[in-house]
Amino acid sequence: MSAPLLDVADLRVSFRTPRGVLEAVRGVNFAMRREKLGIVGESGSGKTLTGRSILRLLPPGAELKARRLDFDGVDLLAATPARLRNLRGRRLAMVMQDPKFSLNPVMAVGDQIAEAYLAHSRATRGEARDKALAMLEAVRIREPRRVYALYPHEVSGGMGQRIMIAMMLAPDPDLLVADEPTSALDVTVQMQVLAILDDLVSERGMGLVFISHDLTLVASFCDRVLVMYGGRVVETLDARELGRAQHPYTRGLMACLPQLGGGEGDLPVLSRDPAWLEAP
Amino acid sequence: MIEVEALSVDFGETRAVDRVSFRVASGEAFGIVGESGSGKSTVLRALSGLKRSWSGRITIEGVPQGPVRSREFHRRLQMVFQDPYASLHPRQTVDRALAEPLRIHGIDGHERRISRTLREVGLGPEHRFRYPHQLSGGQRQRVAIARALILEPTILLLDEPTSALDVSVQAEILNLLQHIRRERGLTYILVSHNLAVVAHLCARVAVMNRGRFVEELDVASLRAHRTQEPYTAQLLRASEGYDRQAAEALVTYD
Amino acid sequence: MTSEAIAPRGWHAWLTADAPDSRLHARLVRLYGTARIFARNPLALVGVAIVVLLVAMALAAPWLAHGVPSAQDLARRLRPPSAASWFGTDELGRDIYTRILYGARITLGIVALVVVIVAPVGLLVGCVAGYLGGFVDTALMRVTDIFLAFPRLILALAFVAALGPGIENAVIAISLTAWPPYARIARAETLLLRESDFISAARLLGAGWSRIVFLHVMPLCLASVIVRVTLDMAGIILTAAGLGFLGLGAQPPSPEWGAMISAGRKFVLDQWWVAAFPGLAICTVSLGFNLLGDGLRDVLDPKQR
Repeated sequence: MSAPLLDVADLRVSFRTPRGVLEAVRGVNFAMRREKLGIVGESGSGKTLTGRSILRLLPPGAELKARRLDFDGVDLLAATPARLRNLRGRRLAMVMQDPKFSLNPVMAVGDQIAEAYLAHSRATRGEARDKALAMLEAVRIREPRRVYALYPHEVSGGMGQRIMIAMMLAPDPDLLVADEPTSALDVTVQMQVLAILDDLVSERGMGLVFISHDLTLVASFCDRVLVMYGGRVVETLDARELGRAQHPYTRGLMACLPQLGGGEGDLPVLSRDPAWLEAP
Repeated sequence: MIEVEALSVDFGETRAVDRVSFRVASGEAFGIVGESGSGKSTVLRALSGLKRSWSGRITIEGVPQGPVRSREFHRRLQMVFQDPYASLHPRQTVDRALAEPLRIHGIDGHERRISRTLREVGLGPEHRFRYPHQLSGGQRQRVAIARALILEPTILLLDEPTSALDVSVQAEILNLLQHIRRERGLTYILVSHNLAVVAHLCARVAVMNRGRFVEELDVASLRAHRTQEPYTAQLLRASEGYDRQAAEALVTYD
Repeated sequence: MTSEAIAPRGWHAWLTADAPDSRLHARLVRLYGTARIFARNPLALVGVAIVVLLVAMALAAPWLAHGVPSAQDLARRLRPPSAASWFGTDELGRDIYTRILYGARITLGIVALVVVIVAPVGLLVGCVAGYLGGFVDTALMRVTDIFLAFPRLILALAFVAALGPGIENAVIAISLTAWPPYARIARAETLLLRESDFISAARLLGAGWSRIVFLHVMPLCLASVIVRVTLDMAGIILTAAGLGFLGLGAQPPSPEWGAMISAGRKFVLDQWWVAAFPGLAICTVSLGFNLLGDGLRDVLDPKQR
């Protein structure tokens, strides 16, 4: 089997707080090829920090430790800040939840895509502009020239997120980490954005880490799913196998979702077993 | 119980709610489903009196309502908001927040009422003197529900009450809302973008898009996919998870 | 409830209790938490120390002083600092150390009077204008603009010219021009808060506008106003000293620090201590309030909570 695109072993992230050390990620292990990997968890499960650790973009005060954090053969733990900066954007990209907060409000969106491309290639300004227009087309924006000149506050949420994707995918990265990329969007727009992401990821042979709290969505979109609870991965499974999940937390999480086809009785409530916080 | 006829709400030039009409019987749970910008929350704001400029007719318990609501009205109708942190005053303890409605309406027996209502929403005495930032999202939402219930209203408006909560907490709050409605015989109007949540709590649903009611149907028909409007069918399909072909077929209804 | 006989460790546990058992308990727990965060900032603690020192000096002046501030001894005029008179004597042989101590009372009095007038008025005007909006907002803000347009020192001069010199008139003059910025701050905060869900919830509960403004909105604007007031303290002290310097504030023989500097002007080259010590006192107290204000802002700033 070929080397994995991303290899994470014993990832730990902790914070120093006035009340002691808070361990947010407590020994996460996984490896992925060029596939769509979903990381599912509720708030406090550590899924966002895990995603950010891949790009080594942790908030100040966070301490990262791991036995192995390899990206396509590059040891991210030992990499210098310059090497990391070089990797980020060009080979490792990230899309976050709300485009309102990740797009520069005082710059036209097309220019932002062009700038992202320029930063990681030796293209001229004209070439970057063309590339930006091409990317806008790739994310199915119908009038790329008109949208190029718009400002972030002039575009809708769904369009803003597609612009973010265009910006992040312009340098043609190998791995995209998407942290709740569609949670702020309406459900129909969500489907459209996911379809675009799906196509782009397959076309370019990228790896995708899809972080979400929505188990149903992740199960239907991704190839494999990691379920996180209390800073640990409690279960790893193929998306198709979700119905045969073993871990009580995963089963409990699925059971407590209201279903359209379900009845009107009480929803089963998740009773948290403290044993889930312990290492298996 | 609640009759709304040709309700329209404008924000300047934009028409947020366009001639919406519906009826809710006493003790019924009525759902309004729509995406963001559909105007569903605005309907609630007009009903509750928070939005004062609207046109049309609103009749609640047989009494036609004007722009400003009476104090008595507030004892009959209450609302639970979406963001549990934003709906509690950050500098007031739970006790203070629950005593406030009692004070405003001159109701005594604070001690008895507050502890009883806290118990009813599943909170204990240890939560009573905490500040909102010391409570979890689910706990804060329980406090918001307690605050809405303490005046013993007959109608509860619910604006996306579980959208900001974790899935496991959502189940607890939905169960709580279900119990409370049955025990107190309340009338609910629930607004959400989540079809499954609305289908779980409500008997009838109105689908809203761009300020208009697209379709009104009972939940049994919804579950059986017996929809009449393409927008409703699309919403149903989209809420069942990601499907590549389905995504292709989606149309943005402008 | 706990009794006085609890050991220090018990107090700490009570003040950091996770589940308070009364509203007072909850408030004290929060206050204690805020105080502990505040205490982590060493400069802020320096500021507190200075302000506390000022208050202590003012209160304990009769006991700490070497006699009465107006006691003249012409035989010992313009003596340099020595064991007998720690800060030296001025041109009428009065002990400067004693005068500085009693001058602290005047400074404190001016500060307290201004704050007591300015902060509530500013808060009230700002919050009411911000919450009610419309005509009330426009009217109140125009009034605020009018007062904001007056230059502080010139208005003080005009006042004093009209009503005669004296500390009370100086305080009134300063207050009249100091309140508008607080109204503006309070209004800006209120405009943001007005749209919050918890205010909507209060309206839904049937609360009238006055209840909402006084009980729900004002307490939240208080933090910003407190911080701004503390930071403005230095300016107020300097203005009062400036008035005193010009002979328009406190009148002789009152030991007001600004007046003392003015009197010491003539001797500043040879007998530097006459002007230097009151000047140093003003500097230190201004610095103390600035540090305190910075510390309070770091602690009370809602974004950091």
